[in-house]
Amino acid sequence: MAPAQGGIVLTPAEEKMFEGQPRGFPFGDFDLADVMLPEEDDMGIPSGSDDEQEEDLQTDSGFGNVLVVDNLPSVGPEKFDKLTAILTKIFSGSGRIREGGLFHPMDEEKKMSKGYAFVEYENAEQARAAQSALNGYQLDKVHKFAATLFDEADRLAKVSEDYVEPEERVYTPSENLMDWLSDKRGRDQFVLRYGDETEVCWNDAPRQTAESVYKRSFWTDTFVEWSPRGSALATVHRQGVALWGGKSYGRLMRISHQGVQRLLFSPCERYMLTFSEGPDNRGRPHFVAHIWEIRTGKRLRTFDGPHEEYAVGAVARPDGGMRWPAFRWGGGGVGGDKPVYLAHMKRNAISVYEAPEMAMLDKRSLKMEGVEDWDWAPGGDAVLCAYQTEQGNLPARVVLTRLPDREELRQKNLFSVAGIKMTWHPQGDYLAVQVDKWTKTKKSTHTNFELFSMREKDIPIDMLELPNKGEKIHQLAWEPRGHRFAILHGEGNRPAVSIYNMKDTKSSTPSHGVTLVHSMTGKACTSMHWSPAGRFLLLAGLEGGHNGTFEFWDVEEMTLLNAGEHFMAQEVAWDPTGRCVATILNAAAAMENGFQIWSFSGQPMYKTPHDRFFQLNWRPRPPSLLPEEKQREIVKNLRKYSKRYEEEDDALLAQADTEFLAEREKQLNEWRAWVESRKAYSEEREAFAREQLGERAAAHDRFQLQEVEVSVVVEVKEEPAKL
Amino acid sequence: MRPYVLQGHTRPLNHVLFNAEGDLLVTAGKDSNINLWWTDNGVRAGSFDGHNGVVWTVDMTYDSKMLLSAAGDSSARLWSMETGAELFKFQFNEPARASKFSVGEKLAAVSTDPFMNSKSAIRFFRIAEDPREQSGEEILQLTGPVGRITRVHWVDGNRTLLSSSEDGIVRRWDVETGKCVAQETLHKKQISDMQMSADGTHFITASIDSTAKLVDTQTFEVLKEYKSAAPINSAALSPIFDHVLIGGGQDAAAVTMTAAKAGYFEARFFHKVFCEEFANARGHFSPINSVAFSPDGTSFVTGAEEGNVRLHHFDADYFTTNWDRV
Repeated sequence: MAPAQGGIVLTPAEEKMFEGQPRGFPFGDFDLADVMLPEEDDMGIPSGSDDEQEEDLQTDSGFGNVLVVDNLPSVGPEKFDKLTAILTKIFSGSGRIREGGLFHPMDEEKKMSKGYAFVEYENAEQARAAQSALNGYQLDKVHKFAATLFDEADRLAKVSEDYVEPEERVYTPSENLMDWLSDKRGRDQFVLRYGDETEVCWNDAPRQTAESVYKRSFWTDTFVEWSPRGSALATVHRQGVALWGGKSYGRLMRISHQGVQRLLFSPCERYMLTFSEGPDNRGRPHFVAHIWEIRTGKRLRTFDGPHEEYAVGAVARPDGGMRWPAFRWGGGGVGGDKPVYLAHMKRNAISVYEAPEMAMLDKRSLKMEGVEDWDWAPGGDAVLCAYQTEQGNLPARVVLTRLPDREELRQKNLFSVAGIKMTWHPQGDYLAVQVDKWTKTKKSTHTNFELFSMREKDIPIDMLELPNKGEKIHQLAWEPRGHRFAILHGEGNRPAVSIYNMKDTKSSTPSHGVTLVHSMTGKACTSMHWSPAGRFLLLAGLEGGHNGTFEFWDVEEMTLLNAGEHFMAQEVAWDPTGRCVATILNAAAAMENGFQIWSFSGQPMYKTPHDRFFQLNWRPRPPSLLPEEKQREIVKNLRKYSKRYEEEDDALLAQADTEFLAEREKQLNEWRAWVESRKAYSEEREAFAREQLGERAAAHDRFQLQEVEVSVVVEVKEEPAKL
Repeated sequence: MRPYVLQGHTRPLNHVLFNAEGDLLVTAGKDSNINLWWTDNGVRAGSFDGHNGVVWTVDMTYDSKMLLSAAGDSSARLWSMETGAELFKFQFNEPARASKFSVGEKLAAVSTDPFMNSKSAIRFFRIAEDPREQSGEEILQLTGPVGRITRVHWVDGNRTLLSSSEDGIVRRWDVETGKCVAQETLHKKQISDMQMSADGTHFITASIDSTAKLVDTQTFEVLKEYKSAAPINSAALSPIFDHVLIGGGQDAAAVTMTAAKAGYFEARFFHKVFCEEFANARGHFSPINSVAFSPDGTSFVTGAEEGNVRLHHFDADYFTTNWDRV
């Protein structure tokens, strides 16, 4: 593949592999030499030639689906064909044998079969299933099969005969992974990726700078990602994923997955899924997903094979592959102490696996006729919402199911549905289902919203229709930690923004039900971004000729706090506390790469340019350990607390000012000293010029500035005075 | 205060220059015109007509009687500033670029571009007191540098000539021997402009590598560096404050790909010592090619690719502000 001007040329299939990545990813504008690991520093990542990789390499090259079955009867030629037929039947019981995939050898000298066979299944999954089924299979009284995976047999053969007592490992306490939370000034961190560098910085908004914490060249091959609670940073390499953390950013864990492309942490950070896809050795689309326990680095389960089984409904891509993420984590509870589930959709069912055993929950999938789309409730509840299409006489429906008891919490039947879109509230308090329905003529669609209040008794459903049902809906965004949501709707490039409330918490008698708070039309806005703390809403005009214009709204008072511009910005990212927001211009744009930090109210704090800027990710914070009442108390007495921090901030700024002024004074003094040192030269030059110019210079000096007052009589007119 | 927009050129400006007293302004452009303006009201006083090609640079005598111009029509000409008449024409085989009278105006240096088989050169002429006795005889020629020589300055009591060139190098020439006695690579790319400080102890270079540098005249030591996000075409030093004026912008060829705002077409003021931008003046919608401070520091002028010249007079608060404390 020849790299073209400005980027790698991707085939359509490859382009889909990078769906959801920043525009222009993978960034083609680099030299190979730039992205190679520096010599003698492999970042602790095992290279392909390391022993540890050998197993995997063979799996990839196709031995993973071969099974060795021993302890077969040894028979003469007259019975050989019959035995082979019987074996074929038994072996086929637990998977499809590849054509010509059974090798049952005959000892030509003794004229007896050798008593073992090699079976090649269609894929590794079937081989594994067959292994568990056939191992210990009692053919008759004397013959009990011993089935071993070929790869396993290879390993077992290498095992030494002598028992070696494992060395007792010395316990070394790991660094405090929560170290960054104990920053005295409570600042937030973010990670930046630009050029060959990856850098972790403090966002020092009061001092208007980003303070570097840790920086490393060639730290990652593709991208970096924080774990959901911020305790580790994942770097992604050709050979796998490495996790880094603690004060010194040492390596916590490495996970080997050749050609890993994506990763997905469980929200509680205990488990991780690594994913890669691409053609298998026969050129057919194939994927591998490994599930890991992060603390031990143990592989819990592997899903692999072709996409068909998984690429169903909304998860299917036009090319037959699956959209990311087809596997989704759910459950875990708010504190991460409840069971964690991983689930994926298949035809007419959703399969749920419970970590860490990763066995299918109750050994059966969740039956869902015509399931089209689904998602877990965020916030730790093991509730999943699924959408089933119309099946014959049965209407389409949206159903909420609780696990592990599989109880249907709520369901809603829907008619003549053209499409639906589910949007969960970030804490799982609400669910909005956008329903596009065919009109009677079936030529156009109308939209309404079904709003589920998850925390109310029996989960009431509110129905919302916009005044103009036919309007295009661009986005629905829930207010985090709140009861409001915003809808971006309307045609053209100046749509309207409407804010709704689900719960009136202000009035003395709290009432439920959706009410319109405010509607604004003609907004230069393409996406809406709520502050993670709620209340503040950022309207961003990113593409479509808006060139990066921003409006900062206080939804409580419904006032515009500020408007600003970050020319051509492409992304918006709030910090986890909602104090600051970053607007980003990454390397997909030709010029002025870098980021700008704003306060929540839209005051520009500082702007940092970086050539070839790829990524800015805020470090997430874990949920607060304080009980709810305590948090409320702090909010109530905010003034008392904030005073202390304001004083600290002021002292810090004053100190910074003093340092700054001292530095300037020093520079000025240096400059004055330099000018003084050149005084002789300057005077000499002046004298020479005077001498050369002679009369002319003198003439110039004779000019004098004089102020002259001139009075001019413009007109004299006589008028008779009227008394 | 609102600037005067002087519209006397139909093509990009190349050079803007105040006379020694600051009451007159000369502008030269790619449309082969040279215009003369009154600085106090922006009225055009006249023009110098005769060049058939791009006028690159101009210089004036201390008494504002004579003008020297170097142009792409392979000539440098002397003009009477009182009448606008052409007094003399130095004819070359190559385009002429930099032009400068010596201190005292008994000599002049004109640089010519590499062309066909000839290399770039700096040529020296005697300037007669009576223009009728002027001769085109070259008294000295310096050659050596690769690429065009963009600016020249007489220093060290006319014993030395400084030149800046396209290769990013500033050179020091001994005028008596014609030897290059020192050189320093200051920029990665072409140096577009070089202007002396009022006291002659230092100068500023402007380069399309997006930096401007303040340099010691005697040692070529870089004292300060000013950074921009776009090529810098011209830089000037205030004669009264520690201020640096920088003009430039996205390359004209790339302008259509960006919005005016992203082109950095503002005239930008930097503090000479702190190297920080503290103000800018918008108005041009294409790269600024030449900037100048008036000799008394009360006004400045910018000439841009679009053909407009903007003449600004500073407001009163410019003179009352303590710029070292801002």
